[in-house]
Amino acid sequence: MSNGELRVVSPPELWGLAAEFSTVDAFLAAVAACRKAGYVRFDAHAPIPVHGLDEAMDIRPSRLPKLVFLGGLAGCALGLLLQWWTNAVDYPFRISGKPLFALPPAIPVVFELTVLFSALTAVLGLLVANRQPELYHPLFELPAFARGSDDRFFVVVEAKDPRFDRHGTEEFLKSLGAESVFPVEVR
Amino acid sequence: MTALVELMLDRRSLGEVGSKLARAAAFFGFACVAFASVGAWLWEPWRQRFFPAYLTAFAWVLSLTLGTLFFVVLQHLVRAGWSVVIRRLAEFFAAQAPLLAVLALPLLLGLHDLYHWTHPEVVAEDPVLLGKKPYLNVPFFLLRLAFYFLFWSWAGRFYYRASVAQDESGDVGLTERMQKRAAPAMLVYALTVTFAAFDLLMSLDPHWYSTIFGVYYFAGAVVAAFALLISAGVLVQRAGYLRRTITREHYHDLGKLLFAFVVFWAYIAFSQFMLIWYGNIPEETSWILRRTADGYGVIGLVLLFGHFIVPFAVLLPRSIKRSPGTLLYPALWLLLMHYVDLYWLVMPEFGAATPHLVDIVLFFGLGALWLSGAARLASRHALAPQKDPRLVESLTFENA
Repeated sequence: MSNGELRVVSPPELWGLAAEFSTVDAFLAAVAACRKAGYVRFDAHAPIPVHGLDEAMDIRPSRLPKLVFLGGLAGCALGLLLQWWTNAVDYPFRISGKPLFALPPAIPVVFELTVLFSALTAVLGLLVANRQPELYHPLFELPAFARGSDDRFFVVVEAKDPRFDRHGTEEFLKSLGAESVFPVEVR
Repeated sequence: MTALVELMLDRRSLGEVGSKLARAAAFFGFACVAFASVGAWLWEPWRQRFFPAYLTAFAWVLSLTLGTLFFVVLQHLVRAGWSVVIRRLAEFFAAQAPLLAVLALPLLLGLHDLYHWTHPEVVAEDPVLLGKKPYLNVPFFLLRLAFYFLFWSWAGRFYYRASVAQDESGDVGLTERMQKRAAPAMLVYALTVTFAAFDLLMSLDPHWYSTIFGVYYFAGAVVAAFALLISAGVLVQRAGYLRRTITREHYHDLGKLLFAFVVFWAYIAFSQFMLIWYGNIPEETSWILRRTADGYGVIGLVLLFGHFIVPFAVLLPRSIKRSPGTLLYPALWLLLMHYVDLYWLVMPEFGAATPHLVDIVLFFGLGALWLSGAARLASRHALAPQKDPRLVESLTFENA
């Protein structure tokens, strides 16, 4: 492209507000307060596992176990079908007087396929449920967020939240004891 | 620190209640065993049933001590922190090996009724038994039993004594000593349990052998041990002790371990069965055939569903493992199922699967005597370690 051409740069768009906390207690209290205030599109980021965070955020129990159970059942059924169809139907071949199809020797394969399908369902289900892989996230534009993997706790309220208000939410987060509140922008 | 304060507020020791329980259980147990003995003396059918029933009940109480001994040694081997608050209950149970050695003495009177390899005239005409004679003979058998019980008694008493001594002194050196001895103890434990299962249970059919048999008995014993720890914990808490010490986080982990060993037991049971099914050699299949005929097939199915499939489904959800009041029921059920498992191992060698009153009397008799031994220790000491270096870690433990 030549130098004279104009490049269209869209102005940064506000994605949300990130509040920085320095103690676990203030962080947990802030998370609970956000939920009580009626925010639904907010997230919590901590450098360490924080017990009680699930309860504070009121996260519903994962539906993944049920999905994994169904995946396991599918693997189990497929293992039985595979061995019955190949050995007793498609290519019946009697070996050392054994039945063409019997449960005892089929169980190891059934077991392995049950485990394999359960594990694959768990991994793929986890990726889908967490909307992974996610190659870009606006939070990483925020230099202060680097400390979110070191010694700071972050509560992030998205602009998409119906109760979000640029100034109201910022004041609210500050009132919860945030060290500072940063705007998060999509560039 | 608040956790420690809570612990101090908890009722910790059974005290007088424990002594009363120990006396009542001992009286009841003696009465049951005496009743069965008098019955065996008077009536021929009871006489024939006495020793098989005694061995089954004995193998059951023995596995409760061996399973909990495994748990105690394992905690020190891996330097576990989460389990400190429930370790003391396991130590009381694991220290019962001397009592079990006494309870094993009546078996010596029944060697000829139980083990037909103890008859010299039978062995003389049997080339297989003649070949096994260097191992399967009465003096060596008794010597081995003596060694097993000496080791189990030493290990159980050592861990119990060191742990209660720490309640007074708070000496961290005791923990270090317990950890140091855990690895060699575990090694000898594995060998003694394996060969005890061979000697006491597998040699009932001296022609048959299975190298996995010791692991099978061990797997059942550990299932019973975790079921016992869950039951004991819940019942002790219901009676008003350790209310704030043991939390649902501990039951969650015990439930996970119970679930894991239910699966492990099924894995071992199936491994043994499938190889015999595949090999299809008469000298191996006879053992399975005897355990699927004469009504034992039904018991085998009870084990398949009651010891594996149903507990697997019941223990799978996280919510059940985190609710001690609910977890109590599968735990009690599995304690009973472990007895059925041993019944299925022993009884087919002694006739059809018709339950006998002697079985029930001796089950309660030996169970009560064993319980009285544990209750006697529980009346003297705190029900949870008081000065273990990992106590706070255990009290504040949470599943991530």
